[in-house]
Amino acid sequence: MPNTRPLSPHLGIYRWRVNMLQSTLHRLTGLFLCLGTLLVTWGLIAAASSGAAWHVFAAFCGSWIGLVLLFLWTWSLLFHLCNGLQHLLRDMGVNFGPANRDRTHDPVYWSAGWAIVAISIVLTVLVWVLLLLQVGGGAA
Amino acid sequence: MSVYPGQEGLRNPLKVARGLGSSRSGVRPWWLQRVTAVALVPLSIWFLFLMGGVLHADYPMVLAAIAQPVHAIFLIVFVVCLFWHGALGLQVVIEDYVHTRWLETTLQIALRFGALLGALAAVMAVLAVWLTGAAYYCAH
Repeated sequence: MPNTRPLSPHLGIYRWRVNMLQSTLHRLTGLFLCLGTLLVTWGLIAAASSGAAWHVFAAFCGSWIGLVLLFLWTWSLLFHLCNGLQHLLRDMGVNFGPANRDRTHDPVYWSAGWAIVAISIVLTVLVWVLLLLQVGGGAA
Repeated sequence: MSVYPGQEGLRNPLKVARGLGSSRSGVRPWWLQRVTAVALVPLSIWFLFLMGGVLHADYPMVLAAIAQPVHAIFLIVFVVCLFWHGALGLQVVIEDYVHTRWLETTLQIALRFGALLGALAAVMAVLAVWLTGAAYYCAH
C-alpha cells in the first residue's frame, strides 16, 4: 500500500555543516570496520588452525591490496574512535544544544569537527611511520 | 476534537496508539551501543599496539602472543564487544535503509546469527590457542 502520509523535509533543505561530514564518515567507517571484524576473525581462526593457514593470512596482509586495506582500516578505526568520543561527550550533554550550533556561541563547532578528521589522519600516519620504522630498524 | 487514524466511535485514542510507534524494544540497544563503545576505546588502542607487536612475528611467536593469559582475555573481551557493537550499528543501518518488510526482517535475523557465529568462532579460536599453548608448556 503506498504511503500517503506527508514526508518530512530531507537533506536538501539544510545548510551544510561539518557534522554532516562527521556523521557520514562515522557510518561509512563503521561499515568498513565491520568488514575488518571479519579479518580479525580470519586471523584468529588461522592462528588456531595451522601454520599453513596462518601463512595464507599473513601473505594476504602483506600483499599490496592487504596493506592498502590495513591502512584504510587503521584510519577508519581512529576516525571512528575520535568521532565516537565526541558522540559520547555529546550524549552526556557536553557542548550539545541549539546554542552550540551557532558560531557566536560556540566558535569551535566547525574547527572541532575538522580537528577530528585531521587528528585521525595524523594519528594514522603516525602509527604507520612507527610501524615502518620498526620494520626498517629491524626491531621485529 | 480531531479524529485520529484508526479511531472509531468512542474508542480512546491511547487505546488505538498502544502497540504502535517506535518504542518496541525501548532504549536497550542504544544504551548497549554506548556501553560497548566505551569498552572499545581502551581495547581498540590496546589492539593496535598488539598488532604492531606481532606485525613481523613468525607463527610460533604469534601463538605465544595470543596464548599469554592477559592477551587472551583482552582479545576475548575485545572480539565480543567488537561483534556486539558492529551488530548494533548494522542493525540501525538496516532499519534506516531497508524499507521492504520481509527483506528487513530477513537481514536483521541473518545479522544476529552472523554476529553470534563470528563472535563464537573468534572466542573459540583464542581459547584454542590459549589452552593448547598451556598444554604445550605443561608437556615441555
